[in-house]
Amino acid sequence: MAVTEKTSRDAVPEVDVAGAARTRHPLRWVASFILLVLAAQLVHLLVTNDNFEWDVVGRYFNAQIIGRGIVTTLELTVIAMAVGVVGGVLLAVGRLSENRLLRTSCGVYVWFFRGIPVLVQLVFWYNLSALLPRVSFGVPFGPEFVSGGTNHLITPLFAAILGLGLNEAAYMAEIIRGGLLAVDPGQTEAAQALGMSDARTFRRIVMPQAMRFIVPPTGSQVINMLKATSLVSVIALADLLYTVQSIYNRTFQTIPLLIVACLWYLLITSVLYVGQSFIERHYARGATRNAPQGFWDFLLMRRRAQLPPTTPEVPS
Amino acid sequence: MTAVPLTDAPPMVRARNVRKRFGHLEVLKGIDLDVAVGEVVVVLGPSGSGKSTFLRCINHLETIDGGSIHVDGELIGFRAQEGRVRHLRKREITRQRREIGMVFQQFNLFPHLTVLQNVLEAPTGVRREPRGPARERALELLAKVGLEEKSASYPRQLSGGQQQRVAIARALAMRPKLMLFDEPTSALDPELVGEVLATMKGLAEEGLTMVVVTHEIGFAREVADRVVFMDAGVVVESGSPASVLDDPSNPRTQAFLSRVL
Ligand SMILES: Nc1ncnc2c1ncn2[C@@H]1O[C@H](COP(=O)(O)OP(=O)(O)O)[C@@H](O)[C@H]1O
Ligand SMILES: [Mg+2]
Repeated sequence: MAVTEKTSRDAVPEVDVAGAARTRHPLRWVASFILLVLAAQLVHLLVTNDNFEWDVVGRYFNAQIIGRGIVTTLELTVIAMAVGVVGGVLLAVGRLSENRLLRTSCGVYVWFFRGIPVLVQLVFWYNLSALLPRVSFGVPFGPEFVSGGTNHLITPLFAAILGLGLNEAAYMAEIIRGGLLAVDPGQTEAAQALGMSDARTFRRIVMPQAMRFIVPPTGSQVINMLKATSLVSVIALADLLYTVQSIYNRTFQTIPLLIVACLWYLLITSVLYVGQSFIERHYARGATRNAPQGFWDFLLMRRRAQLPPTTPEVPS
Repeated sequence: MTAVPLTDAPPMVRARNVRKRFGHLEVLKGIDLDVAVGEVVVVLGPSGSGKSTFLRCINHLETIDGGSIHVDGELIGFRAQEGRVRHLRKREITRQRREIGMVFQQFNLFPHLTVLQNVLEAPTGVRREPRGPARERALELLAKVGLEEKSASYPRQLSGGQQQRVAIARALAMRPKLMLFDEPTSALDPELVGEVLATMKGLAEEGLTMVVVTHEIGFAREVADRVVFMDAGVVVESGSPASVLDDPSNPRTQAFLSRVL
């Protein structure tokens, strides 16, 4: 080789890095050891401390009354989230509209509902009858079609849906608006140049691309909503938390029943997390050169470079 | 390169005294331009002279402030009736745009749709063409731009030149009477420019009416029926490629050409 024939000053020794020894990380070993000890202590505590009353946890974990609480919690999460998403889309479109009055109104809504703690809003809706004893539907300032006492209309469930849903709409509006703004305006122009209507452009071109930016924060919102539903126990709605509270108020098995609630909340959020991963994968189509292929790859954030590099070819 | 018809048939594009301003900035100061059916007009001009704005006025992506633009005899963006002029409704503007294809500098393909879906979106979704025949024609168009085998790819998996050829196929799928190209090769690596220009030359030879904004002087010389030079919002010079490119009479055209040639 040319190199070895040169003078020794220029000579580069032959090296093969294939068998290189790994760098040692003694601190990592220490840290791992400490974590293992802590984990062992935790397990020891869980097993030996009788106050956990695991038999009680086991007994209540799939009790029917807990099941009803879970159903209420899930119902509330789904309905309030649906109100939030629909309201959020309308508010986001309103805030991006060319109509100044509409833009401002939607901005004021977001400002108002984001500015007041949701717990306060819940209590407020629950006590609406103190402000408006009667509600009616009809022509504004004109004849009434339906009317009734507010107390009959605003049941605890309805107050909860209003409180959580209207608040959620304000947050979803900001998330959706951010997603819509993240889509290249060139996309709308291209769609318009093809003669697509505004509605079709929104539905087929802008929204699917905005979803990539909307889904991840919305996933957090759903999980937040699931947990926020526990606030409704203050207005005596029998959700998961209210149910376990009402049981341990009688039996004084506070810790095991709270553990039952924790386990169920964790279980449900885990299922939601997996669901979110599926949805994200769906809207990642075409977003990068190497769109995620397998579900588990996606879940573990591993991206395989499977697609062959494109070769530009010249037309004849 | 079809012969420009000498009859007095109505032109495909008839722009008269077109004016457009953005705030205080007057971008178009009275553009007059006729494009005959089957003609290929190349628009040259320095950056910021209003070429893109004029092109975008033709399909009403921008609303003009004065003058008029007719495409195939139809007033674009407005309705004139009994001496009164009104803005058209969105639906009607949308309908007018279907007859006019546009190709952008940045391609603007829909990244969440495959190449085939990009081409199919407008014919099936807007024109409501039945899926089977529309699909066949989309594949034909992709074959025509040399990308039949890429129909299942997503745009971001293609090179710039391939993306721009898909964009051309997408515009052609609406069977436009007129095609507008806004610097279609300016975002491309030099070695990819040729494939796009070759595709455009093919369309010109088939007799498609085209208005092309480009800095590719070679393309203008070879393909254009007429070259128009714009500067500071006005048409400074217009004529055959030979007369404008080789023997410009206006000093601004001369200065521009000496820079780009
Ligand atoms: N939407 C807009 N708002 C404000 N100014 C604009 C807008 N679009 C274009 N312009 C201005 O109009 C002038 C002409 O722009 P353009 O038509 O893009 O020129 P060209 O395509 O010849 O380079 C430029 O000065 C540009 O800054
Ligand atoms: Mg331009």
